[in-house]
This record gives sequence, structure tokens and C-alpha cells, in this order.
Amino acid sequence: MNRQRVIFFGKNIIRALLLVVCVSMITFALMKASPVDPLQANVGQAALGSMSQEQKEKLQAYWGVDTPPVEQYLSWAKDFIRGDMGVSLLYRQPVASVIAVKLANSLFLMALAWVISGILGFALGVISGMNRGKPADHVIRGYCLVISSTPVFWLALLLLMIFGVWLHIFPIGLSVPIGVEASGVTLADRLYHAFLPALTLSITGVSNIALHTREKMIDIMESDYMLFARMRGEKGWRLFRYYGFRNVLFPAVTLQFASISEIFGGSVLVEQVFSYPGLGQAAVSAGLGSDMPLLMAVTIVSALFVFGGNLTANLLYGVIDPRVRQGGKAK
Amino acid sequence: MRKLNRRQRLLLGLAFSAAFLIIVCVWGILGAEAARATDFSRKNIPPCLQYPFGTDWLGRDMLARTVKGLSMSILIGITAAAVSAVIALLLGIASATMGRAVDSVVSFVIDLIMGVPHILLLILISVALGKGLKGVIIGVAVTHWPSLARLIRAEVLQLKEMPYIKIAVKLGKSRWHIAVKHMLPHLLPQFIVGLVLLFPHAILHESSITFLGFGLSTEQPAIGIVLSEAMKYLATGKWWLALFPGLFLVITVALFYILGQSLRKLLDPGSVHQ
Repeated sequence: MNRQRVIFFGKNIIRALLLVVCVSMITFALMKASPVDPLQANVGQAALGSMSQEQKEKLQAYWGVDTPPVEQYLSWAKDFIRGDMGVSLLYRQPVASVIAVKLANSLFLMALAWVISGILGFALGVISGMNRGKPADHVIRGYCLVISSTPVFWLALLLLMIFGVWLHIFPIGLSVPIGVEASGVTLADRLYHAFLPALTLSITGVSNIALHTREKMIDIMESDYMLFARMRGEKGWRLFRYYGFRNVLFPAVTLQFASISEIFGGSVLVEQVFSYPGLGQAAVSAGLGSDMPLLMAVTIVSALFVFGGNLTANLLYGVIDPRVRQGGKAK
Repeated sequence: MRKLNRRQRLLLGLAFSAAFLIIVCVWGILGAEAARATDFSRKNIPPCLQYPFGTDWLGRDMLARTVKGLSMSILIGITAAAVSAVIALLLGIASATMGRAVDSVVSFVIDLIMGVPHILLLILISVALGKGLKGVIIGVAVTHWPSLARLIRAEVLQLKEMPYIKIAVKLGKSRWHIAVKHMLPHLLPQFIVGLVLLFPHAILHESSITFLGFGLSTEQPAIGIVLSEAMKYLATGKWWLALFPGLFLVITVALFYILGQSLRKLLDPGSVHQ
């Protein structure tokens, strides 16, 4: 590994870390700006009403309600790095353990959707780009337009209505069967329950990658080496396999890594519709229930994933494309 | 009938989309009462001639509710897109013309905003502003500019290399003069198209965040609220509650996309051949 590459890697990693720190600061500031009264949120309305003024003041001093925000942030951040993310107000458990359970559920779902939408979108984009202007291209572009106009949650409702309520093929919610012990849940059960949510996420994730791959494929089709290959009579699968595949794969892979944010956002809505107990649902209930510690932790965890994805995309670009590696800058 | 050429077809599509959106808006504003009127003698009617979209469990006409909800979403979407577009224009130009320091700060902020999943960002802003309608509108308005700002920044960077801009610099024109006289007219078509293409995103995000239960009360039937209410009655087999409002939402968003793409083809004829 040469020196330039180390600098390139280092720069990207430092930038990602800096971004995560900034996200945490802004999240903290937003939570501070919220009109929710910290005392009331923590002890509940009824308990707060029955307390004397003296007790309230004691509690305020104990929790440090009046300490300056910067000091509050620093002490919170210090604990956060050590793994103490506070106690969730809704679940009455340490936030770290709540997140661990929810994240495991969500990751399963998102990874499934991420892989499926990536492969499917790539294939559709290639087909569309290679058959530009033909019926296949029109159908795929039409599909992409419809899908990018469709709200994720409505698609989820529709699939739930058709497969869950009407045809009774798939369950209408949750990630495991009801009334079964945790040890009795098999992988098949989990797949069965994750199928509809994952299908929804995959369907919506396809359009972005398909359209981008199509653009790239069209560029490649117009290049001189493609023209030459076609002049010699190469076509169809062979043309794609030996001339197009590698060139179009790299931009698609980078884009797919950069699209983690969208899958995350989609999963919030999909989990809500399917009552799938994942990170997204935790975020929604934390937001509605003013559960600040949980909401902040979810935000930071998701930001870590997104920046991790972007970082991977940048680094992959550097590893794959020698031109980027030497320039030291991903474009 | 004489066959229409591409430009005429585009204009026709443009006029149709604009007309649809205006009709929905006006109808929704005028029909606010009908959307709230309950009548228990007509509850849970499946779609029929009198009630094309059916009625819900309180006997409210789903057609009126759908139109009312859509009109609210469109209005919020337009406001949000306009605000975001102005922010994008200012930041995009600033970052491309005011030197490296400003540029890297703006790029950093863009990365920052894009780093948090959009829905989560909207939830955070909504919580910070007290979960009201205000939170939804402000949240949607201030989070949609990064992609357009990037686009404008790239465009301005390209413009700066153009001979006529370089000559203007050499002639000693002020930055302000160059930006307003030479760059803005060139950016305007792209800007307008970008503005129109922000609507679909704004509307989708607005409906998503209200669907999740943030912001609007059930008194103001935004399309997201209509759909989230429909979800509760889904398991009882009342399919029309969710189908028609959602379908119309999709049509509205798709029309905005088509509007934007037609505008692009009209304003920038070269892009047709790309």
C-alpha cells in the first residue's frame, strides 16, 4: 500500500468521523430545542403534578436540567462513546439493549432488500440501456416512473391488502409468529415474516439504481470499443458479458453503497405498516412518545450506517479505479 | 386528425398536468366542509355511482377527503419546494463563487443533511418544533435543497470556465454583476426544472411524515392521515379506503414528474437527444 492511498483512506475516514460528530451535535441541539419538558417526560404528568416545588427542584438539580447545553452535550457524548446511551423512556430499558434487538431485526430486513434491489435494479438498468428506445426500455422506464411516484407506505399497504388480508398467503405483521417461544423461532419463520416488508423495500429500491445504470449503459454503448465490438458482430449476452459488464458494474456498486440512506428511510415506513419491530418503528414511536435518548441513539446509529456506506463507496472507488486512487479524490 | 409534433404533445401534457393540479387545489379548498361532514346513515359504503370512492366508518365521503387531502399536500409541497429551491440557488452559487472555504463548508453541510435518512431528519425536526403542522412544513421546506444545490454548484463551476465569464472577470466586472447578469439567466432553465422536480419529493415526504402520525391533526385530513386511518381498517376488508386516496397520490406525484420532464425538454431542447 503506497503513501497516497493511505492519505486517501485517512482523509475519508476522518471526514466520516467528523460528520458523525456533527450529526450528534445537531441532533442534540434539536432535542434541546424541543418544547417537551424534560421533567414531565421522565417522571410522567401525574407524578409531576403530585410533587412539591422542592422535590421538583431537587430532581432538576439531580438531572442537571439547568446546566449549560454544551456541558450537557459533553457529558452525554462521553457516556455515549462508552456505550451508555441512557435509558429509554418508552421501553424502560437501557437504550443500547433496545437498539441491539431492533437493529438485528432491521438489518436482516434491510440487507435482504438491499441485495435484491441492487441485483434486480442492475439487471433492469442494463437491459433498458442495451435496448434503448425499444419496447423493453419503455416498459422499464415506465415502471421506474410509477415506482418513484409511489409512496413506500402505500405500496406496503397495497401488498399487505393483497397478500395478507385478501389471499391470506403472508402474515399481516410482526417479525416472528405469535405465541411461540424465542427458542422455537426458526429461520424459515423469520424469512416468512420478512418477505412482504423486504419485497416492498426491494420494489421501491429498484428504480433509482436502474435509472442510473441505464444512463451509464447508454454511455458505454456509445463508446468506440462498443461500436467496434458490434461491427465485428458481437451482440446480446456476449457483448454485455465481455465488453459492458465490468465497466457498468463499478458505478452501480458505488451507487448501491451510497443508497443505504434511502433503504433506511424506506424501512421506517415499511416497518410501521407491517408492525415489524425494527429500528425504524423504534424511531417513530420514540418520536411520537418524546423518548429523546432512544431517538438520538437511533439517529446516530443510522448516520453511522449511512456514512459507513458512503465511506465504503469512496474506498471501493479508490481500490477499483486506479485513476481515482492516483488523483486522491473521488469524483 | 393531424399528428401532433413532439413540442405540441409536450405542451398538451404540460397543460393537462397543470390543469389537473389546479383543479384539485381549488376543489379541495372549496370542499373543506364536505370532507368533514359525517353521516352515519351512509357509512362503509363500497364505491358506487353516488360515492365513487366509497365512504368511511363515519360516513364521510372518501372522494371529498381524498381531494381535500391532496390539495393540502400539494400546497405544502409547493411551499416547501419553493423555499428549498431558493436555499439551493443561494448556497449553490455561493459555494461555487465565494472561494474554497465557503465551498467546503457548504459541501460539508450537504453531506451532513444527506447523512441522516430523510424521514428520520423530518421526525427530528418535527419533534424539535413540537410535533405540529409547523414542524412538518418547516421540516419539509428546509431539507430538500441539498441535491439541487449540488447540481447548481456543478453548473456554476462549469460556467466559470466559459470564455464569456472569464472575459467579464478580466474586464473588471464585480462578482455581483457577473452572477446576476451572466450566470443567473443561464441557470434559470435548470433552476426551474429542478424546482418542479422537487415537488414530488416534497409531497412524498410530507405524506410519509403525516402518515407516521407527526404534524397534522385528524381535523385536517392530509393525504397521509387519510391513509394512516385507512390502515387501521384494512384488516376488516375495506380496501377502497386505502386504494383510491393512494392511487390519486401516485397520479399527482407522477404528474409532477412528467411536468418537470416536459419542462426540461421545452427549456433545454438539446436534452432530448441525450
